[in-house]
Amino acid sequence: MNQITNFTKGFIKDNPVFVLLLGLCPTLGVTTTAINGIGMGLATTFVLVMSNLVVSLIKNAVPDKVRIPAFIVIIASFVTIVELTMQAFTPALFEALGLFIPLIVVNCIVLGRAEAFASKNNVGSSIIDGLGMGLGFAFALGLLGAVREILGSGAILGFKFIEGDGMLVFVLAPGAFIVLGYLIAIMNKFKKA
Amino acid sequence: MAKKESSFVNMVLTLFIVTAIAALALGGVYNITKEPIALAKRLKIERAIGEVLPEFDSIIETKVLPKGGRDSLTFYNATNQGEEVGTAIRTYTDEGFSGRFWIMVGFVDGDVISGTSVLEHKETPGLGDKMDKKKADWSDQFKNVNLTEFKLKVTKDGGDVDAITAATISSRAFCDATQRAYDELKKQEK
Amino acid sequence: MEYIIIIIGAIFVNNIVLNQFLGICPFIGVSKKIPTAIGMSGAVLFVLTLAVIVTWLIQNYVLNPFGIQFLQTIFFILVIASLVQMVEIILKKVSPSLFQALGIFLPLITTNCAVLGVAILTIQKDFNLMEGVVYAMSNAIGFGLALVLFSGIREYLDLMEVPKGMRGVPIALVSAGILALAFMGFANLV
Repeated sequence: MNQITNFTKGFIKDNPVFVLLLGLCPTLGVTTTAINGIGMGLATTFVLVMSNLVVSLIKNAVPDKVRIPAFIVIIASFVTIVELTMQAFTPALFEALGLFIPLIVVNCIVLGRAEAFASKNNVGSSIIDGLGMGLGFAFALGLLGAVREILGSGAILGFKFIEGDGMLVFVLAPGAFIVLGYLIAIMNKFKKA
Repeated sequence: MAKKESSFVNMVLTLFIVTAIAALALGGVYNITKEPIALAKRLKIERAIGEVLPEFDSIIETKVLPKGGRDSLTFYNATNQGEEVGTAIRTYTDEGFSGRFWIMVGFVDGDVISGTSVLEHKETPGLGDKMDKKKADWSDQFKNVNLTEFKLKVTKDGGDVDAITAATISSRAFCDATQRAYDELKKQEK
Repeated sequence: MEYIIIIIGAIFVNNIVLNQFLGICPFIGVSKKIPTAIGMSGAVLFVLTLAVIVTWLIQNYVLNPFGIQFLQTIFFILVIASLVQMVEIILKKVSPSLFQALGIFLPLITTNCAVLGVAILTIQKDFNLMEGVVYAMSNAIGFGLALVLFSGIREYLDLMEVPKGMRGVPIALVSAGILALAFMGFANLV
């Protein structure tokens, strides 16, 4: 596929969340606001791009049997780098995302792309694949976060436009599931159209 | 594309190299971020103290474990130009609706609460979270209150605290945390 | 008594799937039939308990003493991945029938955020080893409970008339949301 398709597939056609149904834990867990969703999406994109890059670089030097452990070490290292960097320079976002930052390492998207794409393609394509998938993920999380924030807190990106609270169920656990369910249904319609 | 064969030597060597590079990289990043992380943590505490105490320029921090308590409180004795300003106490309660939460209480003149601030909590949005200044003014009723006269219990329990509507448990827990801090403060004074 | 609170808390109040959002991928992927759900839960119970024991030991005897807590993520995930590999190998030798039953689920558990998540939470909550084990097993039971309940719902949904756009995952998610809503009723149990 050409690089443009490679990049854009992550947004609609092969969107990790809405289509591939990967990385659902952080999707439901951090999307109480749009900013948290986008922040998590960007952190994951960083890990995705860097690990795709490294995996693609060393794919021929790694014996088949130790593929997975090697990939895990690489991914876990980048996740730790993201952890430390966010703790140092974006402490508020770090605290908001909490447990889900180290959980990027088990985000099926990251290991999935390393295994399915980066280990079989050149560095350039792998980077673009990582970028496309990661930003598609960020888009999905941002969208879900925005819907939940608007309905649940009456705010968007931190700016409140109503007095008091919104329909709180949307910023709680049930709301996450329900909104995601409807978003996937809508995305399915969108894809078919 | 020829892949390296999975001989024992190859496998061990590869994993060793990958891990070694990872360890070096991480060690490096750790060293770079150590200072900023410590700074961020310090700023957060100072901001929290600033919300509950009048102006200060220096802090002495001590940890105190209450008798039978499950965790320690942190005392921050604040001074301004050498003059004692007051003490901020990072205290907790386990009686929250959703478990433990931490608040910062500022005491001046020994028995007067100069301010409170919620640090971390998991109380219910729309109900218990009204104890957070960002959500509601509920905690203002604790300001400038003298604990030798003010009873730190909700009115339902015979005290002077107006509970949050439909969130009595969170309100009670808030009082519990504040009382814990006050009790330890008095113990320290002796 | 403490243990009861941990158990009830982990299974009902802070259910790992319906409240903490961990273990969602297998929750959606493996919950189409009740027997598969039970199989997955069994495997998770096994791995999770072992993982928490090993990671707890590593945290307290390697990470903390050497001040390398920032390597927690790497150490933990490598432990979990290795543990799953080992369990697979041992199970194949010791109990081929059990291996057949659980077989396909085991590799999936490595990327199950529930395992890494609970391991990290155990450290964050400052449990001792025994409390950690109880916490791990309770979470696994909670996982199983949510999974089995959910697959029951899904088996039922398969027989229903669902609007075309919502068929499959969307309606499953909305049902999960309602299940989560139901579990919120446990909120004040502990």
